[in-house]
Amino acid sequence: MVKTLLKNYKQLKIDMADEKIIISASPHVHSDRTSKRIMYDVLIALTPAFLVSLYLFGISALIMTSVAVISCIVFEYLIQKYVLKTTITVSDGSALLTGILLAFNLPSTLPLWMVIIGSLVAIGIAKMSFGGLGFNIFNPALVGRVFLLISFPVQMTSWPLPVVNNTSLVDAVSGETTLGIIKEGLMYGETMSTLADKIPTIMELFLGVTSGSAGEMSGLALIIGGIYLLIRKVITYHIPVTILATMAVMTGIFWFVDPQHYANPLIHLLSGGAILGAFYMATDLVTSPMTKKGMVIFSIGIAVITVVIRLFGAYPEGISFAIIIMNAFVPMIDTYFKPKRFGSKIKAKFV
Amino acid sequence: MTLSIVYSAFLLASIGIVAAVILYVVSKKFYVYENPLIGEVDDILPAANCGGCGSPGCKAFAEKLVNTEDISELFCPVGGNDVMKQVAGLLGKEVTEKDPTVAVLLCQGSCEVRPKTTIYQGPRSCAISSLVYGGETDCQYGCLGDGDCVDVCDFDAMYMNEETGLPEIITDKCTSCGACVKACPRDIIEMRPRNKRDLKIFVGCLNEDKGGIAKRACSVACIGCSKCEEICPKDAVVMTDTLAYIDPDLCTLCRKCVEVCPTHSIIETNFPPKKVKKPKEKKSKVTPVVKEEAPVAASIEKPVVKENVELNVEVKPEKPATNA
Amino acid sequence: MLKTFPKGGIHPAENKITSSKAIQRMPVPKVVYVPIAQHIGIPSEIIVDRKDKVEMGQVIAKSGGFVSSNIHTPVAGTVTKLDMIVDSSGYKKQCIVIRTDQKNESNFEVKEYPLLQEITMSSEGILKRVLDHGIVGLGGATFPSHVKLNVKESQHIDCLIINGVECEPYLTADHRLMLEKADEIIVGVQILLKALHIDKAVIGIENNKKDAIKVLKQACLHDPRIKVAALKVKYPQGSEKQLIKSILNREVPKGGLPLDVGVIVHNVGTIFAIYQAIQYDIPLMERVVTITGKKLDHPANFWVKIGTPIKDLVEEVGGIPEGTRKIVNGGPMMGKAIKNTDVPVTKGTSGILIISESEASRQESKNCIRCSNCVFVCPMGLEPHLLMNLSEKGFYERAESEDIMTCIECGSCSFVCPSHRPLLDYIRFGKDIVKKLQTAKN
Repeated sequence: MVKTLLKNYKQLKIDMADEKIIISASPHVHSDRTSKRIMYDVLIALTPAFLVSLYLFGISALIMTSVAVISCIVFEYLIQKYVLKTTITVSDGSALLTGILLAFNLPSTLPLWMVIIGSLVAIGIAKMSFGGLGFNIFNPALVGRVFLLISFPVQMTSWPLPVVNNTSLVDAVSGETTLGIIKEGLMYGETMSTLADKIPTIMELFLGVTSGSAGEMSGLALIIGGIYLLIRKVITYHIPVTILATMAVMTGIFWFVDPQHYANPLIHLLSGGAILGAFYMATDLVTSPMTKKGMVIFSIGIAVITVVIRLFGAYPEGISFAIIIMNAFVPMIDTYFKPKRFGSKIKAKFV
Repeated sequence: MTLSIVYSAFLLASIGIVAAVILYVVSKKFYVYENPLIGEVDDILPAANCGGCGSPGCKAFAEKLVNTEDISELFCPVGGNDVMKQVAGLLGKEVTEKDPTVAVLLCQGSCEVRPKTTIYQGPRSCAISSLVYGGETDCQYGCLGDGDCVDVCDFDAMYMNEETGLPEIITDKCTSCGACVKACPRDIIEMRPRNKRDLKIFVGCLNEDKGGIAKRACSVACIGCSKCEEICPKDAVVMTDTLAYIDPDLCTLCRKCVEVCPTHSIIETNFPPKKVKKPKEKKSKVTPVVKEEAPVAASIEKPVVKENVELNVEVKPEKPATNA
Repeated sequence: MLKTFPKGGIHPAENKITSSKAIQRMPVPKVVYVPIAQHIGIPSEIIVDRKDKVEMGQVIAKSGGFVSSNIHTPVAGTVTKLDMIVDSSGYKKQCIVIRTDQKNESNFEVKEYPLLQEITMSSEGILKRVLDHGIVGLGGATFPSHVKLNVKESQHIDCLIINGVECEPYLTADHRLMLEKADEIIVGVQILLKALHIDKAVIGIENNKKDAIKVLKQACLHDPRIKVAALKVKYPQGSEKQLIKSILNREVPKGGLPLDVGVIVHNVGTIFAIYQAIQYDIPLMERVVTITGKKLDHPANFWVKIGTPIKDLVEEVGGIPEGTRKIVNGGPMMGKAIKNTDVPVTKGTSGILIISESEASRQESKNCIRCSNCVFVCPMGLEPHLLMNLSEKGFYERAESEDIMTCIECGSCSFVCPSHRPLLDYIRFGKDIVKKLQTAKN
């Protein structure tokens, strides 16, 4: 039966001039959901964040995003044609999406050859080597980002200043992200009140006038996109809401106990890749659990690991690592958290 | 500096020695006794792991052979009589000899003779498409052409012929393991005796409909006219109301039934073309003139006087008929 | 708040094009082809021969066992042959072919049956009449009704549910029946309440049939035991288990029957057939069939005699339209596609759907993108992507432990899959193999 796997995806091409009656098993109608439509919806949802990144970082963001997208598509095409020798599936839009999400996770002044290496790792290692679309365990864009972070730590943590650079290509002045400032500051004995004027205000964080990766800046733009995805039923609310709520609760407890050494939960939620990760990276269809109970467990795990890394770990931002770690648990979550079967509890209620 | 190298080497060596001791002790303490005969029988068996013997793999079959008293019912179709004799000799038990068999497809409804009347959309697996309806043609007993048998063959002895839409069996590679027989949802594949030159005669049809309906669905269907039953000298043809079947144990391959079948439903494979009957010498000098005018291909189509040219409807591609 | 079942469900386009067309009567067919396997269970045994003359309503095939049913001839005429005809399963099955006697008056007179409200028969008599007159479930499942009504002493039931939901798109046979024969249906419910010795009945109707809800509520005002429940429009609301959960909030246990929670479910068409059988001694010989499709000239609902070839129905509505690529016996979600219009109408045919080119063809199937849409819509709480994978790769024991046998084959999973994967095809195949393994073990 295993050999029929490859054959069974061949559908007979209907010759429209052929007038014969078609027979197939039921059902004989189909909803208008297709995977292409899902991809387009996600692309539309990412547009506000993309526009914000263009405004903040200018041409360099545009170039980096284009390079990431084009290299992802080209690598997928080359690998499918020459290495794996299977059907070319570049037109389904998943490589395009991986490229954009990878670009959104990188600083916009990253040298382009590193972006290309990131694409190669994301597509070649994280996606194709597992078997292509639908078979990968880890989120490809995040694998690419983590690979670059560990291989090129200096370039990956040089963040361009917002707005100042948006008409030039030269990476003139670079700054730090909010979380970076907080972490360093706390390590060197400062407290939250002394750091208060070095970090952006809540409103600045919400609108996105701050440093960081190309896509994670504006909470507002990302939330707008996230609501669009919820309306179009591409994702359900379980993962984003649980991640953000659990992060808020955990950081809230620490902040409540010691407000001088722990940042405000709102700062935690609005800075770093928390909203980008919660709405777009953790909800990636292929690598997230398939049942609602499983999604909640998955999200709690991500939130806990992220907060632990942020508060006690060496890195200022931990959501990429958290998502990848929890991705590894997803097959186990799927096995143990099954939906409740109809009629599994015998209730003999009589009127 | 060198001291640290010496220390590291010493440490690693001692870890290695300790691990070796532990492994040795464990292998002795948890040793599982296995009858050494099983290993020897397993070496004789062909290691195909096809399941044709009924056991899950050659090692399991070896165990069964060693542990059962009477192995006359057990048979390895891949190894055949040679292997079974060797095993019998080693174990000191008796085996029965079985005649070699080969898988045969009892349907010749290719695309040209059995036209498609509907289009099927869905997974291309015989097991699934046979559940949906009777098939893309009007014959609900014939081959579906989706290739479950080809997929299940471990020995690459089957391939799907794209032009005819039917699977073909390479006799040399077929080991009679029986996997294709089990895979076919319509029981179209059968094991028939194999002989040295691979001569076979069988009815290439399983259609149980009445004659007219069967013929309309497929032009080489068996219409149940019983002409083959009447002419068979050994009573090898078994007739139900509407379908003939040639019993391979009684058939002597005389080919009389092939000639009389009106729809060419009976197939003969690998037979040499029939010899031309030349009643007198004179006429044989005349016929070459007629022959030279007609091209070779046409000599098969237009029956020339005194030449008994048969339409050999063979499963394998036809070899050019060289008539004397 | 309208009641509904909590888990799963989809909302396909309703397309109830024939819901305003009153039921017409089909002209009597010239030849009828009556299959002997029209119901779940053992096929009936033929008791007539070639050249026998039969009267309308005569038994021509006897019940072949307990889970079986009698079959009656819908016309008076002569048996011409006992032939193998392709039916909606796609395979040839044994049929009794009867040529209608054109000179016999009884074939053509249209009798009027005024409403008869008094129920004089005893409950044993009712159950016997249901058995004798070949009544089977007319919702499409064709389960012999006398078996369903055969309640043992140890089983305790308290409610009768009438299924007027008709959740399949395009079909309107039950809707029109409820509108036109509402009073007769209420009498039928009362007959069953008497036969089963219970005093509660609920008629479930989907909210897109507001006129039917109103008419039935009016008709049952005088009987406090019968209520009408309006239900949310969701597929598969008409499935037995989902209906019981929606109306009474009881879950039929896994592998169990509605009897286990004290309920019996019957379709409105079956109730009407029972009414006719008890009050007027008419066996099951005809039923309402919807013939519909976007390109048909005059889609309509008809009273059709069992055994009429579908060809006659199609001609009555203006012939097969150009560009027809699929003919479906039943609704688009669970119906069976058939080869040509020679297939006869049976007791389980609720509708014929003619689909044209653009909608008929399936799209190419791709890899699973693990979107879990199938898990969210499955009304039985199963995981179709996993069951398809297991069936494809041969892990049948694991499929059994993942409850593949509780699948009701509603088709919601294949309907929503964005990669157009043939989920239901493989699940059906897996169920077939698991059933074979289970019977082999026993």
